[in-house]
Amino acid sequence: MNAAQKILIFGGSILAAFGMLYGLHYAIFVEHQTLDRMGGSLAAAFVHAAEGNSPEAETAVESYAATKYEYVRQVDVHSHWIGLAMLLILMGVIFDYVAFSLRARFWIAIALLAGAFVFPFGVVLQTSRFGAPLASALAVLGAALVTIALAAVALGLAVRTPADR
Amino acid sequence: MGTPTTSANLGATTFALMSARRVLIFGGIALIAGGMFFGDIFAVFVLHQNGGQTGAALLAASRAVAVGDSLAVKNSFQHIGGLLEDHGTKVDTHVHMTGAGYLALLLALLQPYVALPPKRKRLLAWWFVAGGLLLPTGIFLIHYVGLAYSPSSVIGWASVLADSAGAVLIAVLSAEAWGLWRHFRSGTDVTEPSLPRDRSWEDRILLSAGTFLVLLGFLYGSWYAAFDLYEHEVRETRILKSMLASATNGQGGEARAVADYGSLAAEKAVKIAAHSHIIEFGLLAILLSFIQPYIQLSEIWKRRWVVVLLAGSVILPVFVLLELKLGLLAGAIADVGGLMVVVALLAMLTGVVRYSGSLDAAASAKG
Repeated sequence: MNAAQKILIFGGSILAAFGMLYGLHYAIFVEHQTLDRMGGSLAAAFVHAAEGNSPEAETAVESYAATKYEYVRQVDVHSHWIGLAMLLILMGVIFDYVAFSLRARFWIAIALLAGAFVFPFGVVLQTSRFGAPLASALAVLGAALVTIALAAVALGLAVRTPADR
Repeated sequence: MGTPTTSANLGATTFALMSARRVLIFGGIALIAGGMFFGDIFAVFVLHQNGGQTGAALLAASRAVAVGDSLAVKNSFQHIGGLLEDHGTKVDTHVHMTGAGYLALLLALLQPYVALPPKRKRLLAWWFVAGGLLLPTGIFLIHYVGLAYSPSSVIGWASVLADSAGAVLIAVLSAEAWGLWRHFRSGTDVTEPSLPRDRSWEDRILLSAGTFLVLLGFLYGSWYAAFDLYEHEVRETRILKSMLASATNGQGGEARAVADYGSLAAEKAVKIAAHSHIIEFGLLAILLSFIQPYIQLSEIWKRRWVVVLLAGSVILPVFVLLELKLGLLAGAIADVGGLMVVVALLAMLTGVVRYSGSLDAAASAKG
C-alpha cells in the first residue's frame, strides 16, 4: 500500500468515526432541543398572530428561520463528513487503478482529505459567531478541492493502464 | 449456469466460511437492499400523503389565526409536529440503514489491512451488522414509542436504542481504525488476501460509471448550494410572514401562501434527494465492482444486472428532479428506478449466496 492509499484509508476512517461522534453528540445533546425550539418558534408565531400581536409574531418567525438555518447546517455537517469519509476509504482501495504517477496520486489524496475535512467544517462555522464570509469561503474551497480531486480520479480511472491493455 | 470468474481456491482464501469479510458483504448488501426497499415503500405510501396532511394542518392553523383562536393554532401545531416527526424518522431510517450497508461493504474491502486476530474481526463484523440493523430500527420506532415509560422528558426508549446502536457502530469503527493503525505502523504484509479484481466488463463499467455518478452528484450539490439553498431559506421566511399577514388582515390569501409553502418544501426535498441519491448510487456501483468475482451467475446475466442497476441509478434521481415539472408520473417512474436498483442488488446477492454455497459444499466434500 502506497502513501496516497494510507492517507485516504486512514484519514477516511478517522473522519468517519469523527463524523459519527459528532452525530451522536448532536443527537443526544442538541437535536431534540433544537427541534423543540424550531417547532416552538413557529407555533408561537401563529399563536401571537392569532392574538393580534404582529410584531411578536414576526420576531418568532425570524427566530424559527435562525434556528432552522443552524439545524440544516448541523445535520449537513454530520452527513457530509461521513459520506466524504466513505468516499475517501473507497478511493484509497481503488487508487492503484488511477493511471497517474505516485507523486500525482499523493497530492490528489491530500486534496481529497483536506477538502473532505474543510468543506463541512466551513459549513458548521457558518452557524458560529465567526465571520460568515470566511466560513462560506472555507466551505467553497473545500468543496472545490474535493470536486477537482475527484474529477482527476475519474480521469485517472478512464485512462487505460498498461495492465488493462 | 455460469461459473465464478475466480478459482475455488481463491474463494476459499478470500471468502472463507463465516469470515468477517463474508459477514460484512452479506450484511452490507442486505442492509442496502433493505434500506432502499424501505425508501421505496415510504415514497409510494407515506411521503405524499404525509405532505398533504401537513399542508392541511398548516392551512387549519392559518384559518385559526384568522378567527383569533389560539387554542386551535396550538392543536394544529401539535398535529404538524407529529406529522413532521413521522416523516423525519422514516427518512432517517432509510438513510441510516443504507449508510450502514455502505460502511459494511467498505469494511469488507479493508479487512486485509486490519491487523487484528480473525476471531476478533469476525466478532466486530457481527457487531457492526447488528448495530447497522438496530440503529434504523430504533429511529423507526421513535415516532411510535414516543416518551412512553421514559425517565427523560426529551429522549424516549427508541432514541436510547438508536443512540446505543450508533455507539456500537462508532466502537466497531474505532476498533477497525485501531487495527488499520497497527497495520500501517508495523509495515507488515496484509493479514489476508485482498479482494480479487478481474477487470471484467462489469467491473470496469461499475467503477467508471460509479465515479462519474459521484462527480455528477458533487457538481449538482455545488450548484444547489450556490444558487438554491439561500434563496429557499429567504423564500420560506417570506412565505411564512405573508401567510400570517394574510390570516390577520382577513384578505383570505392564506390558502395561496400554504400552497406556496408546500411547493417550496417539495422543491427542496426533490433537489436534495436527487443530490444525495446520485452520489449514493455512484458509491454503490464502485463498491459492487469489488464483489463481481463472487457472483455466481452467467456472464450475460451479470451484465444484465449491472445495466439494470446503473439504469435505475440514473432514472431515480433524474425523475425525482422532474417531479417538479411532471408531477406524480415522474414520481412513479422514480420509484420504479429505485425498485430496479433493489432488484439488481437482490440478484447480485443471490449470485453471492450461490457462490458461497458451492464453495462451502466443495470444502465439506473435501472433509
